[in-house]
Amino acid sequence: MQIGPPGRQVALSPSPQLPLSLLNAEISIQEPGNDPTSSLVLLGARPLSGNEVHMTDSTTTLEEFANREYEHGFVTDVEQETFPPGLNEDVVRAISAKKNEPDWLTQWRLKAFRHWQTMEEPSWPKVHYEPIDYQAISYFAAPKKLLDSLDEVDPEILTTYKKLGIPLDEQKALAGVAVDAVFDSVSVATTYKDKLAEKGIIFCSFSEAVQDHPELIKKHLGSVVPHTDNFFAALNSAVFSDGSFVYIPKGVRCPMELSTYFRINASNTGQFERTLIVADEDAQVSYLEGCTAPQRDENQLHAAVVELVALDRANIKYSTVQNWYPGDKETGKGGIFNFVTKRGVCGEKSKISWTQVETGSAITWKYPSVILKGDKSIGEFYSVALTAGRQQADTGTKMVHLGKDTSSTIISKGISAGKGQNSYRGLVKVTKSADNARNFSQCDSMLIGSQCGAHTFPYIEVRNPTAQVEHEATTSKIGEDQIFYCNQRGLSTEDAVTMIVNGFCKEVFKELPMEFAVEAQKLLGVSLEGSVG
Amino acid sequence: MLELNNLHVAIGGNEILKGIDLKINAGEVHAIMGPNGSGKSTLASVLAGREEYEVTSGEVLFQGENLLELDAETRAREGLFLAFQYPVEIPGVGNTYFLRTALNAVREHRGQAPLDAMDFLQLVKEKADVVKLDPSLLKRAVNEGFSGGEKKRNEIFHMAVLEPKLAILDETDSGLDIDALRIVSEGVNSLRDSERSFIVITHYQRLLDHIIPDFVHVLKDGRIVESGGRELALELEARGYDWLDSKAAVETAR
Repeated sequence: MQIGPPGRQVALSPSPQLPLSLLNAEISIQEPGNDPTSSLVLLGARPLSGNEVHMTDSTTTLEEFANREYEHGFVTDVEQETFPPGLNEDVVRAISAKKNEPDWLTQWRLKAFRHWQTMEEPSWPKVHYEPIDYQAISYFAAPKKLLDSLDEVDPEILTTYKKLGIPLDEQKALAGVAVDAVFDSVSVATTYKDKLAEKGIIFCSFSEAVQDHPELIKKHLGSVVPHTDNFFAALNSAVFSDGSFVYIPKGVRCPMELSTYFRINASNTGQFERTLIVADEDAQVSYLEGCTAPQRDENQLHAAVVELVALDRANIKYSTVQNWYPGDKETGKGGIFNFVTKRGVCGEKSKISWTQVETGSAITWKYPSVILKGDKSIGEFYSVALTAGRQQADTGTKMVHLGKDTSSTIISKGISAGKGQNSYRGLVKVTKSADNARNFSQCDSMLIGSQCGAHTFPYIEVRNPTAQVEHEATTSKIGEDQIFYCNQRGLSTEDAVTMIVNGFCKEVFKELPMEFAVEAQKLLGVSLEGSVG
Repeated sequence: MLELNNLHVAIGGNEILKGIDLKINAGEVHAIMGPNGSGKSTLASVLAGREEYEVTSGEVLFQGENLLELDAETRAREGLFLAFQYPVEIPGVGNTYFLRTALNAVREHRGQAPLDAMDFLQLVKEKADVVKLDPSLLKRAVNEGFSGGEKKRNEIFHMAVLEPKLAILDETDSGLDIDALRIVSEGVNSLRDSERSFIVITHYQRLLDHIIPDFVHVLKDGRIVESGGRELALELEARGYDWLDSKAAVETAR
């Protein structure tokens, strides 16, 4: 194991003849080809799979930083209509009936449910948790009445949002953000729909879209993440409750950031969001998703699916700030299990960009991916994942190059503190048809304290000799030298740590829309970098 | 300003400083010279509040207060500044932002209102001129990718902005070429006044051609073995540190 001093890369010499034995089985490089133009460049490759970096220095003050209390742990007292726990075909039908869905969708759910029953929960992620009893979970919860306007929203819910700092009112217009808030499973308020409708943009809850735009749903639902895709996606396909739907017509640039805040509120209720975003040819949209959840004793399952369709020359930017309850600091009890499938498919010359800041959840299992189907399409993944307390994250991305001249960029920043375990797992796949594909990956890990771990599992599959794939990786530890330097200039240790972490994540934060960047930095306990400098 | 009485310091059970007595008044510049391993940098680190050093006996008074009871950030806020021998890189943290946060922490400690962005920018421009700091370094991350000379100049720039009461320069001349040495020295000299004291730690007399000290002390094996005026530095340059050994031997023989 090699750990460089902060900021320094441990470098292997970049060479196409890199002895592959240095890497390990976690990387498979197939048919790199003898063509001299083919190059697989591994810069700063650090010990790869199974590389558990457990620090041994003790830094008590840093651990204190990592042990902050979760601020959003409160429960809203709202009457709920909830299904009894358990899952079978009748429950699937009941969910569908509850939402007054057309028969084809009921059948689609059932097909997914039947397939799910044949599947096994994945065991390959580097996370550990007690087996989930899927029959002990309730699959539907909704606030009792459906509302037409914000005025009718339960004041208690609005108060909850205020506590979370979510401005769900017309003032948001000034910030240029339309909000489709999801409270548990049902969307309770949608703003700005009219303004967006002028441009032909559809932004509504998934349930509404099923009623009002069935042709679009039928065409695109499951087109990126099929119901057979994986265990959690299949489960979601069977029981998804609600989510958001966005359609941007040809040539339209969405005039505002679209935003959805998710929360999980009801006890023992899984939340199964389904989001579908379609950007038609030459369309552009930026979508923000943010999450917080109240404190609960029992683990709460969240298995969402997000599908992005970027048609030719379209551009979709999808940003996430995730701050679900991470569980008890000491025992890990009570945190959210976040098993999410996010994927986008790119048409010709289109672009999909994922940016995520993951600070919450007991377990995060999430690989926002891009299928680069169209020629000259672009995929991006920018990620900050923080694990503290007993949190575990296994997250990364998949970039699948099918089209010619496709390119992808991966920037991943993992921060481990407390007893957190942070794994980056990413696949870069270049198929035979993808001439001149390019990828650049950078995976950096930062360790705070002595009991955390950082792991990297990069998979690279190259089947086209013209591909150019680069992978850089660093591991650093917040150094005593850095802290002391800050102290000597008058900064407290806490401020020093947040400043250093903020600096570490800067490349990702700058990809976030401004107000999200603010929230992200707050979440990391970092003050916003000032307007100077 | 600063008073060291019989200061003993150890690290990992090894005694590095073996009884240092030193008194520095406001406005004075004291040079501390000595061979490698004599304890010069340890002295700087202990005064700045590095925790891995253990003070085994003795006391340090800073403006009449017991310095050793204060943590590093409080010492800094009270006006003690250390220009590091090896300035630390902080990737991704803008130099100007870092300094503004630091200055406002110091100002808050003094009961002053924080400087707003405009006023701070003005201050930064002034001070950058003083040490002839390349303005592009203001926009970059703290020390990241700076050359050795740029790092040292950046330290003096930090000092100029923070306006400490006591500045300790730990081998600020090491790694500087002649021109950089002159510029850094001019920066230091411009900050000299009757209220501000300096401890200049160096191997070489050449720095003291530019920063003229009031007193020169020679540290050897954890003790101050000789103190004098500026002429002591010149003598050391001419005769080397071994000269002190033979001198001490002669004195012992008497």
